This record gives sequence, structure tokens and C-alpha cells, in this order.
Amino acid sequence: MRKMLLNGLIHPPLTEAGPTADEIAALAAELDHAARRRLGRSLSIREVDAGSCNGCELEVNALGNAFYDLERFGIRFVASPRHADVLLVTGPVTLNMKEALERTWNATPDPKWVVAAGACALDGGLFKESYACAGGVHAVIPVDLHIPGCPPTPMQLLAGLLALMER
Amino acid sequence: MATSPLLEILSRGRPAEAHRPWPRFVVGGDLWIALTNGLVERHWTLAGLWGDDGAVHMALIEEASQSLAIATYDCPDGRYPSVGKYHPPAIRPERALHDLFGLEPEGLPDTRPWLDHGRWPVRHPLAAEPAAGTEAQPYRFLPAEGEGLHQIPVGPVHAGIIEPGHFRFTANGETVVRLEERLGYTHKGTERLMASMPVTEAARLAARISGDSTVAYGIAFASATEAALGIEVPARAHWLRALMAEIERLANHFGDIGAVCNDAAFAMMLAHCGALRERLLRAAAAAFGHRLMMDRVVPGGVAADLDETGIAAIRDAVRIASAAFPRLIELYDNTASLQDRMIGTGIVSSALVHRYGCGGFVGRASGRGFDARRTLPYPPYDALDFEVPVLNQGDVGARVWIRIREAQQSMALIGQILDRLPDGPHHVPATGSGPGEGVGIAEGFRGDVLACVAVDGDGKVRRCHLRDPSWFQWPLLEAAIEGNIVADFPLCNKSFNCSYSGHDL
Ligand code: SF4
Repeated sequence: MRKMLLNGLIHPPLTEAGPTADEIAALAAELDHAARRRLGRSLSIREVDAGSCNGCELEVNALGNAFYDLERFGIRFVASPRHADVLLVTGPVTLNMKEALERTWNATPDPKWVVAAGACALDGGLFKESYACAGGVHAVIPVDLHIPGCPPTPMQLLAGLLALMER
Repeated sequence: MATSPLLEILSRGRPAEAHRPWPRFVVGGDLWIALTNGLVERHWTLAGLWGDDGAVHMALIEEASQSLAIATYDCPDGRYPSVGKYHPPAIRPERALHDLFGLEPEGLPDTRPWLDHGRWPVRHPLAAEPAAGTEAQPYRFLPAEGEGLHQIPVGPVHAGIIEPGHFRFTANGETVVRLEERLGYTHKGTERLMASMPVTEAARLAARISGDSTVAYGIAFASATEAALGIEVPARAHWLRALMAEIERLANHFGDIGAVCNDAAFAMMLAHCGALRERLLRAAAAAFGHRLMMDRVVPGGVAADLDETGIAAIRDAVRIASAAFPRLIELYDNTASLQDRMIGTGIVSSALVHRYGCGGFVGRASGRGFDARRTLPYPPYDALDFEVPVLNQGDVGARVWIRIREAQQSMALIGQILDRLPDGPHHVPATGSGPGEGVGIAEGFRGDVLACVAVDGDGKVRRCHLRDPSWFQWPLLEAAIEGNIVADFPLCNKSFNCSYSGHDL
């Protein structure tokens, strides 16, 4: 273990530069200015899987690895909606998850923002027509920002989350 | 091939036409019950049980003769003899089948709904004539009474970034007396969406049953459709599929090893394993154009060929991983505080994994050596050199060790595949003559994924069933946690890493 820790001191970190200003600006344009000002320079996010295929979760989890190191931007995932500024929602919102999503949203204190991540979260994606799905996050709770992709790459996710904090 | 008592019994039924590569037989009540008895006596293993229009199918695997076969019981009156009455692994599939088709398993001891939470506008959505939905009823959890017992409900929204499901713990102080799972929250109605889709479109849904196993699902679904349509896939496509499958396995195993250690509060492993995983996903993006390789396996072959840049990217990522991995294994093995959490925690007995036909690292950590790549070999694995590690301890530690050994095997396999990749086309058109039925099985990182597809005369899916390995692993998590402390549940759960979406469909 000592050797590995030492190696960590000698070698440069794996962490890379964040998304470019243009990438962030494109998404920031979608958001209203006031929202961004209120959030300032830090974000607490509660992730809610509303019936995803788990592909989106894999990439959300990847944000924590050494290459993206989400926390350096002042963004962290929290365990309870009561501590969150932002709900990051994935999946087409299955009807079996609809109530849980609504309750999570209700439990999140104001002011709050909702980010819908992935093709499913936008409008249900491939599951749009299903008897078992609500057809996207906006069908259940108001959405402030959508991050595209199936699943969105960690860079796309990062750009979206940083857009929330851009002024 | 060795003689097969399973096929002997089945041959008394009526063989279905154009069912490939394994046979399907329509059986009457006597044979259905004889097959159920064979499950109880462990002559063969239940590999799936699902519904159809006025019929129930069960897939059976007989390991000794390396055979797989499907038995069908026609039930125009909507009733069939319950398998779950005698063989508990069939209980949840029968409950799900009832929710989706409305077919009654006669004698099933647990008739509570499973996937249907009373939230859909219809009941029995896959039946020929679905009924109108009803009001949601409260779910009756099994009673657990006694002095000093208390209940802890968890989920469906969990604290971490994971999928939704509900866990109901009954605890006596710190000790879990019983865990009851409630699943179905991510049910997306995928099987009904697939029906009447052209096979190429349905393949995109198959790739999204469980995102972490998208390649395994792709292979199982594609081989089933190709078998149904009588399509011969070029050799290069088989090898490229296996290449993707091994990258997927390796990336997931790295992710899991890190995550299990992290749940034992040892974050350093997560940091290092997470970096190895990320490098592999980047190599996959460079080689195949998608980090998770979604939609890269398609009926007829693979979506795009692999070029020199892609090969170099994969070799690079694997070279870095094989150089770093031995140090990580040493760190894992020599950290006493970590081992203290792993050893003896969440034990699953060998008898249980055999009875449940539990695959993947959960089965192999408890002495069941089944691996579809070896037991029911498909190309190119019949031409590749690899070991299937098996351990007997059955605890969290053994499930991590199986992953470690398999990761080593996968790294070696990726090298072998790249060295011997045959030339030629990577794809043929996915058009063939229907109607036909096909079965496909693929060993994903979590275990064997089974796909059964019936294609009609226009090349459209009539009925498709995809069975995730989690069906036979979730019930054992309930057994694994019994007698452990509540605080060890995240660790046990992560060491299983069952799929919610794959199970809920
Ligand atoms: S957007 Fe794609 S990856 Fe995300 S949940 Fe939907 S199908 Fe899965």
C-alpha cells in the first residue's frame, strides 16, 4: 500500500480538464439566468433512477472517477433529497416509479432544479409507447435542463451540471 | 454427446417445428409434472419460465449432457400446474407470468402480484385481451412477528446512485432475521414493445434491458434471431462479439471490485479500479464508437468493423490494466481491515445455488461451475483457451475473488482474440425466411442471459422473452443476509450486484 501511495505522489493525477466553455455555454443557454445565479458555485445532487436500464447510472457513477473528479467543481451527490438542490433523473419514468419520483421531488426543499439525463428521461425514448411508462420526466415533474445521450457520456453530464452553475 | 434423460422424457412430447438450435417440445400435464419432479430432484436446472398466448414455456438445462431444451404446456383454459409449488425458483417467474398474461399457476403458494404494482392502465398487458387496470392494493409483506423484532423499510429510492427496489428488513437489534425484496419498479413493458417489431428494431430494445450487460443481451438476442431466421453469421462477427463481451466483463468486474471494497470503506480500491474501468470504456469508444458498446451487436453480425486504431486502443488499455492489477490484488489481499469485512459475510450455500441454477460469480463462488461459454459453448469460445474459476466459500470475499480471477481470464482472452481475429466480412443482412423460433444464450459478466425469440413470416418479432441471470440470484440475496448485521447489507448487495432493470424488464 505504501508504494501505491508513493506512486500517487510522484505521478501526475489522471484528472483531465473539464468541458470547454462552448460546451457549457450551449447548455447554459437553455437555463434561465436567475436559476443559475441562485445556485452559485456549489451543487448538491440527488440522483433518482426512475426506471432506467442502468446504462445512465453507470455513466453518472463514472463522474466520480479520477478522470472527471466531479467534486473539484463543487458538485457532490447527496444521499437524501432533503439535502439536495438538484434532482438528476434518469429513465422513462415507469408508472411503478412515478409516485416515488413525485415524493422525492416533494421532499426536496425549494429552490430546486430538475435535470433529466438521457434519451429516456427526455420523452421516454424507446419506451415512449409502453403501457408501463409515463413518457419522460417532464410528464411527472417540471424539468429545467435536459442532457441528451443514450447514455450521456460523463463529459456531457459534466457540461450539463456545470451549465447549472455558470453565470 | 452423452445420453440425455431430459431429451428422452421430452421426446415423448410433440416437437415444435423450426426451433433452433435447441429443441422445443409441447408436453401434456403428465410430462410437465415429470419435468417439474426432475427439477426438484436436480436432474436438470430451470433456465427460465415465461408466458405466451395461451401457453407456458420453461427452459431446462441438463449440464451433464450439455443440453438445453424448452418445454411448452398449452393452456387454452388459462391454467397450468404450478412448478413453483414444488420448486421455489419458479415462484417469482410464475407470479410475473400471471401479472403479464393472466395465466393461473394451479397450486402456486404465493399469489401476490410481482411486476404489477397496480399502476398500469391495463391488467395482463401481454394477454391477447388485456383487462382494464384496477386500483393499487397495498402490498402484503410476509409477516414476521416475535419479541424484539422491528422492521426497516428501504427504497425504492436508495441513498446511492443505484437502481430502484424495495427491501424490507426484519431485524432483531443489529441482526437481520429476514429480508424480503420487492421488485418491479423499473418494469418498462419491454416484451410487449418488442412484439411486432422488425428484428433489427427489437435488437435496440434488447440492448437496453440491462445497460451494464448490453453486449451480452445483444449476443443472446442476435443469436436467437439468427437461429430463428436461419442466418449464418461470418466468423469475424463472432470473434468481434466475443471481444466486446470480454471488454464488457472486464470493465464491469473492475467496477464491481472497486465498489464492493468501497462499501467496506476502502475507497482506494475504488479509485484505482475506477480508473482502469474508465480506460477500458474509452478504448471501447475508440474501437466501436460507444463507451458501453450499445447497439454494436446486431442481428447478422456487428454494426461496424474494428480497425487498427481500435485494436491499438484496446491493447493499450489492457496492457495498462494487466500491469496495474497484480498490485491491486495484493493490496486487496493484504489489507486486514478489508478482509475482515469480506470473509464469512453473506454466505450462500452450494445447495441453494444449485437448486436455483444460479449463474455468474454468485454461483461460481458457491461451487456451481456453470458458465455458458463452457457448458453450452458458442463460437468463438469453443476455439479459445480459458479457465472458469470456481470457489466454495460462498461469501462476499469469494464473490470478489471470482471476479478477480475472471478479470485475469478476460484480459488473456482479449489478447487471444486480437491475435487470432479472422478476416472477412463482419456482417450479413438480417433477412431470412420466417416463421421460425430461436434460442440464444450468452454469458454476461453477471451470468447467463437467455433469449427466446419467435419470428413471424414477415421477419417481425411475434414473442420475445429475455431472462436475466438476476432472476435466480435475487432470491439468494435474501438468504445470504440472514443472520448478518444490517450494516453489512450494502456490502452483500454489491457483491451480488443483481440487475433491477434486467429482472423487471
Ligand atoms: S437513455 Fe439509454 S442508457 Fe439511459 S436509461 Fe435510457 S436506454 Fe438506458
